[in-house]
Amino acid sequence: MSIDLEKAAKVAKLARIKVEPDALPALAQEFNNILGFIEQLNEVDVEGIEPMTSVTPMRLKRREDIVSDGDQQAKVLANAPDAREGFFAVPKVVE
Amino acid sequence: MLDLTFETPKPKVIAGAKHDWELVIGMEVHAQVASNAKLFSGASTRFGAEPNANVAFVDAAMPGMLPVINEFCVAQAVRTGLGLKAEINLWSAFDRKNYFYPDLPQGYQISQLYHPIVGEGEIIVDMGPGVARRVRIERIHLEQDAGKSIHDMDPAMSFVDLNRTGVALMEIVSRPDIRGPEEAAAYVTKLRQILRYLGTCDGNMQNGNLRADVNVSICLPGAYERFQETGDFSHLGTRCEIKNMNSMRFIQQAIEYEARRQIAIVEAGGEVVQETRLYDPDKGETRSMRSKEEAHDYRYFPDPDLLPLEIEQAWVDDIAASLPELPDAKKARFVLQMGLSEYDASVLTAEVQNADYFEAVAEGRDGKMAANWVINELFGRLKKDDRDIADSPVSPQQLGGIIDLIAKGDISGKIAKDLFEIVYTEGGDPAQIVEARGMKQVTDTGAIEAAVDAIIAANPAQVEKAQQNPKLAGWFVGQVMKATGGKANPAAVNQIVSQKLGL
Repeated sequence: MSIDLEKAAKVAKLARIKVEPDALPALAQEFNNILGFIEQLNEVDVEGIEPMTSVTPMRLKRREDIVSDGDQQAKVLANAPDAREGFFAVPKVVE
Repeated sequence: MLDLTFETPKPKVIAGAKHDWELVIGMEVHAQVASNAKLFSGASTRFGAEPNANVAFVDAAMPGMLPVINEFCVAQAVRTGLGLKAEINLWSAFDRKNYFYPDLPQGYQISQLYHPIVGEGEIIVDMGPGVARRVRIERIHLEQDAGKSIHDMDPAMSFVDLNRTGVALMEIVSRPDIRGPEEAAAYVTKLRQILRYLGTCDGNMQNGNLRADVNVSICLPGAYERFQETGDFSHLGTRCEIKNMNSMRFIQQAIEYEARRQIAIVEAGGEVVQETRLYDPDKGETRSMRSKEEAHDYRYFPDPDLLPLEIEQAWVDDIAASLPELPDAKKARFVLQMGLSEYDASVLTAEVQNADYFEAVAEGRDGKMAANWVINELFGRLKKDDRDIADSPVSPQQLGGIIDLIAKGDISGKIAKDLFEIVYTEGGDPAQIVEARGMKQVTDTGAIEAAVDAIIAANPAQVEKAQQNPKLAGWFVGQVMKATGGKANPAAVNQIVSQKLGL
């Protein structure tokens, strides 16, 4: 699989990262290098081998259904560029 | 378990300008898991809190915060799966669904695309006595809800509340087995009923705790059957998805509108474009959400913050052992063992509280009589006051007491209604009220005979008429009832009047 300029631009857009047109060729090349490495990994035959999900054999940690967090409106909003009446205020996003 | 037999309903047919058309519908229902805390954080799920009060740093996607799964939410999904007779996957996993929106601070929703926790199940969708559609469930997965954006508080800004962000949802996906707008609404009704019996979702549609996406396509009669035989979707039309509806009425209206829109396009020689649409209840139409299309590249990948979710069969078995009797089984038992009509059984099992109340009344009494009193008198009276069974002023014991008095012959059915009203408004023990207020039926034939004699003596002209036309004997019965304040046993009065008139 190879990444052309158009694909690189689309990926950037989906990730909401602004990439100037003259930076696209370098970006596409970087993608291709990464994918080239992945393709190399694909040469290893892993037929019938369960994917490894953790380095150590661990069970997914669970929590109990107890309210133990929240009630910190001021802290939650502290880094917001704009907040009003307890809400995050963002540029209008209605369609 | 008992089972009622049923026939499959006919699919809805819509007449186009050129042909008849049928509908094919599949649904994705998002049901909020009933839990105290969110799926991956310890923040509360309570509705109606101050904005951004129920937010942990995990929900706000602060850097470095990691999700830890709420085991009870997992148990609720398993419970739901078992209630829908579905297979439970002991191994499931979480994936990231990536998109940008202000009410999704992570930039992705944690969901289960590749390995959902629940596999195939089914729902029997009741369409009336003896008629039902078996709708297959494809899967149920756990995922996070997004926050809420409010667009009308400021002309230039949208306001975002993250209280809902990260609350656990079950997405319940059906196969395209639904064949009309009414069936679609009935499907959601039945699913909601089962979820409420299970206690896994409160089913509150107004608060958005249960909402449906509907996939609609049209086909010519016969095409659906070919699709069923082959599994080949090319026999069906192109589908459109109508998003996020939270009322049974809107679901029906939206499907009806959407089907007619597609028929008009196809009959005019056009092609339906697969897209996401929104139903506008004010205008009664669906419209395209074109802006969503472009962003529909979700780039799913396994969430590296979460190990696979592995659960044990013994744990699933424990949950299975704790399941309540579900609506289908309860209804079948009411019909087959208690002798109720299917209609009455449906009414009584619609809400588990109603069924429990009925069973308390019916305990040791005639089932049909108990059903009549609960449905016609109690429900009717509660409805008049816009009250719920939970705050019924008449307890099952009181209503049972009234029924016992009728059964013993102490009061007539008519007096029983008066008694019910007294118990409803004033409370008290029915037997004591009857005693204290002298409402007891007069079964003493001596007293009735005396009343009949008096009326016959006072109305010689009527006697003559009645002897020629026995139907007029009813007049005497009425007079006797009047004279005894409605307390005379009607059967005894009938008999004595006939006898005295020599009929």
